Amino acid sequence: MKSSDVIIQTTTKVVFFIIFLFAIHIFFAGHYTPGGGFVGGLLTASAIVLLLLAFDIRTVRKALPFNYTVIIAIGLLLALGTAAASILFNVPFFTHAYDYFNLPLFGETSLHSAMLFDLGVYLVVVGATMNIILSIGSDD
Amino acid sequence: MISVLLLFAPVAAALFVPFLASRLRGIHTGWFVLAVPVLLFIYYMGFLPQVKDGGVHIGELSWIPSYGISLTSYIDGLSLMFSLLITGIGALVVLYSIFYLDKAKERLGNFYVYLLMFMTAMLGVVQSDNMIALYGFWELTSISSFLLIGYWYTRDRSRFGALKSMMITVFGGLMMLGGFVLLYLMGGTFSVRELVSMAPELAEHSLFTWALVLVLLGAFTKSAQFPFYIWLPDAMEAPTPVSAYLHSATMVKAGLYLVARFTPIFAASEIWVWLVTSVGVLTLFWGSFFAVKQTDLKGILAFSTVSQLGLIMSLLGASAAAFHVEGAAETMFKYAGFAAIFHLVNHAAFKGSLFMVAGIVDHETGTRDIRKLGGLMALMPVTFTIALIGSLSMAGLPPFGGFLSKELFLTGMLSLGELDLFAPASWGTVLLVVAWIASVFTFIYSFYFVFRTFTGKHKPDLLPKSAHEAPAGMLISPALLGLIVVAIFFVPNFVGDWIVKPAVAAVQPFMYGSPADVDVHVAAWHGHITPELMMTIGIVIAGLVLYWLLPKWQGAYRIFPEYLTLNRLYDSTMIFAETGMNRLSRSYMNGLIRSYLIYMFAGIVIIVLGSMVVKDAFAVSFEGTAPIGPIEIGLLAVLVASVVTTLIARKRLTAILALGAAGYVVALLFVIFKAPDLALTQLVIETVSVALYLLAFYHLPKLSRHDEKRKFRVGNAIIAAGVGLMMALLAMSASSQKALPSISQFYKDTVYSEAGGGNIVNVILVDYRGFDTLFEIAVLSIAAIGILGMIKLRLSRKGDQHEKQ
Amino acid sequence: MEILMSVIIGFLFMAAVYLILSRSLIRVIIGTGLLSHGAHLLILTMGGFSGSAPPVLADGVTDFVDPLPQALILTAIVISFGVTAVFLVMAYRAYQELETDNMTLLKGNDEHD
Repeated sequence: MKSSDVIIQTTTKVVFFIIFLFAIHIFFAGHYTPGGGFVGGLLTASAIVLLLLAFDIRTVRKALPFNYTVIIAIGLLLALGTAAASILFNVPFFTHAYDYFNLPLFGETSLHSAMLFDLGVYLVVVGATMNIILSIGSDD
Repeated sequence: MISVLLLFAPVAAALFVPFLASRLRGIHTGWFVLAVPVLLFIYYMGFLPQVKDGGVHIGELSWIPSYGISLTSYIDGLSLMFSLLITGIGALVVLYSIFYLDKAKERLGNFYVYLLMFMTAMLGVVQSDNMIALYGFWELTSISSFLLIGYWYTRDRSRFGALKSMMITVFGGLMMLGGFVLLYLMGGTFSVRELVSMAPELAEHSLFTWALVLVLLGAFTKSAQFPFYIWLPDAMEAPTPVSAYLHSATMVKAGLYLVARFTPIFAASEIWVWLVTSVGVLTLFWGSFFAVKQTDLKGILAFSTVSQLGLIMSLLGASAAAFHVEGAAETMFKYAGFAAIFHLVNHAAFKGSLFMVAGIVDHETGTRDIRKLGGLMALMPVTFTIALIGSLSMAGLPPFGGFLSKELFLTGMLSLGELDLFAPASWGTVLLVVAWIASVFTFIYSFYFVFRTFTGKHKPDLLPKSAHEAPAGMLISPALLGLIVVAIFFVPNFVGDWIVKPAVAAVQPFMYGSPADVDVHVAAWHGHITPELMMTIGIVIAGLVLYWLLPKWQGAYRIFPEYLTLNRLYDSTMIFAETGMNRLSRSYMNGLIRSYLIYMFAGIVIIVLGSMVVKDAFAVSFEGTAPIGPIEIGLLAVLVASVVTTLIARKRLTAILALGAAGYVVALLFVIFKAPDLALTQLVIETVSVALYLLAFYHLPKLSRHDEKRKFRVGNAIIAAGVGLMMALLAMSASSQKALPSISQFYKDTVYSEAGGGNIVNVILVDYRGFDTLFEIAVLSIAAIGILGMIKLRLSRKGDQHEKQ
Repeated sequence: MEILMSVIIGFLFMAAVYLILSRSLIRVIIGTGLLSHGAHLLILTMGGFSGSAPPVLADGVTDFVDPLPQALILTAIVISFGVTAVFLVMAYRAYQELETDNMTLLKGNDEHD
């Protein structure tokens, strides 16, 4: 799968960042408006897929040198850890904590342990999707 | 709280073991592991003063509060004694294993991970107050025992022994769980403590006897009581440190612990006293009788362990009998409970050392066959001394701890003769006689074990290795245990006050308010000739004579027909289960996925449509339905069209694009039905999916019909139409008659106040139903790793054939 | 609308089952894809279409659509993606190794069980 279309490659470079930023936005917005870890992760993955279509696997591997299997593991650990951490505070498994803070620049912001869990979901989704796509794509 | 977390300290330490084993190959992993039991032992020692005065330490960590299930660390006399045994013997066994297992040849990482896992499990068993947690730890001990017996998994005998112990102990564990559930139904709590406090009411309940029998089944299988003992001799395939630790000192005593712990609840029942005592005495006799038949050193020890466990079991039965005696704390009935705990401690010490001795002999001579051994006394003097101490203690001779507990045991058995609880009044006397005969055999096998190995003629040509004394490090642990055996004889009341009495007070709360009330004084000489002493002298004389004549009558064991043994029963049950089930499944499993799917689809359709007709459940109501707009009509038309396209497509690209179109229409339907999250997700998923199909395209075959016959297609169509009809009717009926209101009102009300979020769907995913999401991402990870495996590992057919050659 | 959706769901299930029972591997995979669409729409329909606003808190809105089916479907969508991917890879690996995509020929033989 090798493409050398300059127009596609150039636009992709820009569009990738737009999709990626949108994915991040949707991920963070997830708790209050539509979005969340799943959609965010999938959007991120689709942005990378777009890169794959425009360039080839080797280039993308070089630009984003992540081991996606490790990303899955980190995500799972983060999710499980967030859920299990509540045991240490002697509250039932999966009890989330949240509070509202006044952060500089952001104003009043809510910090939520569910966000960490969602980040775990996000990482797993990105890792799993990219793992699937890359292993199929690089197979010959 | 801290004490609960410390239960998991061994498992937490186990996380590091694989790294230590692979990175620091120069240092034996055991040295790092040793720290865990030693530190825990010191920690538990700190509880001694508090518990000695009748104090109790309770740590609690809620786990599933909605079901009243919590992790507890309930440390009273009984659990403290067991915890000290587990960590103390554990430390000695780890030390011993450092010299026993070669760091270059063995997979130490596995070994110590399993061992630490067992330690946590066993500590959990003895400290859990919650029955569900107790059950969980209980099964974990079975699993770690399975892994440890099968440690040398390339040997057939190891795998066989591992499976056998697993089948029997897990069967017992499940029975025990049944008993726990019945207790919960009776008492309304999973806490043993609370159940003890309501023991009198429980005894009136109609399920009481059922619960009793089920709990006992768990205890009997675990503690290798007759007829379940058959797994223990086969478990001797485990490395010797494991046999010393799990299969003599700790795990097999979990059943005894269970009986002791539940004695306050069940003692009111005569069935309990009768069953526990009789099974105990029978096991005591059976084990000691067959120990003399064995030729494998560890085999002798295995049967002797079975027998000794029976001894302790019978004493626990006798201590429950004290419940039925007025003012038992003042009479001779007070001895049984004390004797049980005292012998438990003694047994752990001398049997642990004997197992280590057997391991040393095996290690240094290369065989455990007693027919090949002999005359090792001169070659291995230290080992011989330790073996002698252990064996004489086991035989019940002074000046060793075993003498004292054997005397107390005989007192306990004598007290049974006085009891008029049993239906035939002479039953207690029968038990006493059997116990005495069993003690004679105990004496014989103790002598048989030590003198056949260490005295007589040395036969160097039969031994695989030339025998010599073991390295000093290997001797430390058994020597320490031997010292303890001797020490107990000289200071029995010190041990009694600090360790035994608090435990006795926990077993017999109906007799004692605090450990100080336990009025038992142990002495080797009571100042006059007691009946117990007479019996002991009788045992020694009969034992010596029979041991002298052993070569003449040992052949008598061959008279027992092999095909009537319990082992044969187990084997044939396993074979029957395997071949019978195999034949049954083969009769309908023909290998065609289509057949299986047809079974399932047809089954579902028949069940659902059938119950719809029988229950008259079908209904259609247009009341309150949402209006149908032109956009919906259009979208659904596109959906139908694209589905039809996938059905009739002759090219794979057409079919896949049509599937994609269907997916996008579904996404648009989500928009219309006000599900923005779904619409977003579906859109992105559909895009990624199409990319996936296109990527896989390269490898996939052309779409072909494989000339499906008309009959085949009509058959499929009938099944498909049936499923479609069923789903349509089901959906109509369900949406037309809503029996219950949606539970979502709760989410709508609390999403901001309780969960601090705004997007209800996302909050449900990450908070209310976080468990689902956790499992879901786990599934997704498994899918990704599975795909990675399928592609990268390239398990090809050629490799398979290569393997077969 | 609910009744119409029920009919459509039945139709989706029918098509899916027909494809799954066929002999060609790819058609089986496409069938599973349609099956999950059917299941998602079924869950959504069971939740009902009453409610005037998406389940996202906003000022002055109280009449939300039932959020629970949506959460369940969101989980199901992602899982079905994983399942499709596994199926695809399994199919093409089987095709590579066995050189057939005929389900009848793919049945196990007596050596392999």
